[in-house]
Amino acid sequence: MITPTIGPIIETHDLGRDFRVRDGLRRRTVVAVDRLSIRVEPGEAVGYIGANGAGKSTTIKLLTGILMPTRGTVATCGLRPMADRRRLAREVGVVFGQRTQLWWDLPVRDSLRLLASIHALGRVAERERTDELVERLELAEFLGTPVRQLSLGQRMRAEVAAALLHSPRLVILDEPTIGLDVLSKQRLREFLIAERSRHGTTLLLTTHDMGDVERLCDRILLVDRGSLVYDGTLAGLSRTVGAERVLVVDLAEPTPDLADVPDTRHLGSEAGGMRQRLAFDPESTTAARVLASLSDRAELVDLAVEEPEIEEIVRRIYASRR
Amino acid sequence: MRTYLRLFVAGFRRQSTYRLAAFGGLVANTAFGLLKVALLFAAVRTSGGELAGYDVAMMSSYIWISQGMLGSVNLTGRTEIADRIRTGDVAVDFLRPLDVHLASVTTEVGRAVFALIPRGIPSVVIGALLVGMAVPEDPWAYPLGAVSLLLGIVVSATTVYLVGVSGFWLLETRGVALLYMVVSGFLAGLFVPIALFPDWLRLVATATPFPAMMMYPVDVLSGRVGGAAAVGLVALQVLWLVLTVAAGQLATRAGRRRLEVQGG
Ligand SMILES: Nc1ncnc2c1ncn2[C@@H]1O[C@H](COP(=O)(O)OP(=O)(O)OP(=O)(O)O)[C@@H](O)[C@H]1O
Ligand SMILES: [Mg+2]
Repeated sequence: MITPTIGPIIETHDLGRDFRVRDGLRRRTVVAVDRLSIRVEPGEAVGYIGANGAGKSTTIKLLTGILMPTRGTVATCGLRPMADRRRLAREVGVVFGQRTQLWWDLPVRDSLRLLASIHALGRVAERERTDELVERLELAEFLGTPVRQLSLGQRMRAEVAAALLHSPRLVILDEPTIGLDVLSKQRLREFLIAERSRHGTTLLLTTHDMGDVERLCDRILLVDRGSLVYDGTLAGLSRTVGAERVLVVDLAEPTPDLADVPDTRHLGSEAGGMRQRLAFDPESTTAARVLASLSDRAELVDLAVEEPEIEEIVRRIYASRR
Repeated sequence: MRTYLRLFVAGFRRQSTYRLAAFGGLVANTAFGLLKVALLFAAVRTSGGELAGYDVAMMSSYIWISQGMLGSVNLTGRTEIADRIRTGDVAVDFLRPLDVHLASVTTEVGRAVFALIPRGIPSVVIGALLVGMAVPEDPWAYPLGAVSLLLGIVVSATTVYLVGVSGFWLLETRGVALLYMVVSGFLAGLFVPIALFPDWLRLVATATPFPAMMMYPVDVLSGRVGGAAAVGLVALQVLWLVLTVAAGQLATRAGRRRLEVQGG
């Protein structure tokens, strides 16, 4: 079903978009996206992250032909989004967490049927794909319910089904897990992982939930005020800011603060010294080496390594650029 | 093509979920119909049983057919596309492999055609039972009337769409919609038949698409205008359809380049 693409699935070059906004009586230009050059290959899963107003949603609208670029070029699935909008629409599925693409007053089933016909799916393709999505997104219980009566979690699942019904090669999700509870988030992520491994779908998602990024993405694009400030893996992101990792150890007996372990910083002790927290810089030592030094000093019962919070890393990157 | 047919059916089905609203609409239609009966019948009688070619029976046909079309012909200026542009939901429309203009009009027409069932037909039946009305003798008036009725509905959808897409340029389209509401009902012949207008005003009305939405279908359906003249009215409707569709295509294309999707 998936046609192999030659070349990148997303390619932008110095892409930019301004908005003219009225500020009282004066008019002012807001640069929402600026000099954005990115390249995404088929099959990648990319997390597009950044603070509120960084330009993520605007970028998505530029990629999908909803908004016209002010500057630069953009190619999605090898097509020009503005000129080839309707052809592109057959290749891309988009979920806007805050908008619905279902028909508010029709049952979910009718919306899906209508979308199948909009995308000109054949009878067999429609049935197979609908069955697959209904099963894996667990839509069966509310297929006959009008969309306006669905809970947020149910609606989100239906939205995802709607966006993926035509088996797009590229799936773009703008805050797909916004407002979902932990279990629903978990389910949605699992679905997306499965979808990707079954169909080789390319994923691009924006989110403020770092769990989404950790679970789903093997690459991160970080934007700040419309410009790309980082492109690489999650691990690499923490490395660029020299974020420390934290080793938490449970000891067999109360122990004085382990303040003299080489290349570490003692962060604190609990339970009279039975649990201690040590920070270390992964650039200058390893968890294994810290452990070795520790076991010379005390008897270990249990341990855990805490990864740095991504939000913390993003905060630091932003701070270093201000 | 099949897709747009499905959109039509979807519009139809969506409307069918609002039964109470349809009933309320019918009650209002009937009440205003009776008011029109009181006023216009009096006018016909004071001028000696005939007014600008209308006798009481013909006036009744005019009243009840026009009241019945009220649920299907948009004379309020309010459209879904205007709301979608304002809220930014139009972004979703542009994500579909569809002509946004045609899809929007088709859905609107589906809704309007459905409204004939709970509002249009009952209104005419109620009118016929309560006060009686003239029916055309020429059998051709019926199929031609049906075509004219459908054209009226479509022209109303393609015209009011233009009001909606003014939102690509204006942040707030309520003013335009209000103006449309004031002008369209009057010039479409909702309050009094256009034949009762002074000459200059009739000329003004004929230069707009509004009579094509309601007055012409009423004239053809009631048999007031028959034969070649009726075909002429239908041809005029087709002309307005072509013009408004062309304008809608151009406006959508130009508006898309200016689109600033609001929110998220
Ligand atoms: N239609 C518009 N008119 C004016 N300014 C806009 C418009 N859309 C976006 N902006 C501005 O462009 C900038 C980027 O907005 P965008 O919605 O892309 O951010 P975002 O990264 O998606 O933020 P969030 O995480 O809050 O969703 C913001 O400063 C925003 O105010
Ligand atoms: Mg956003």
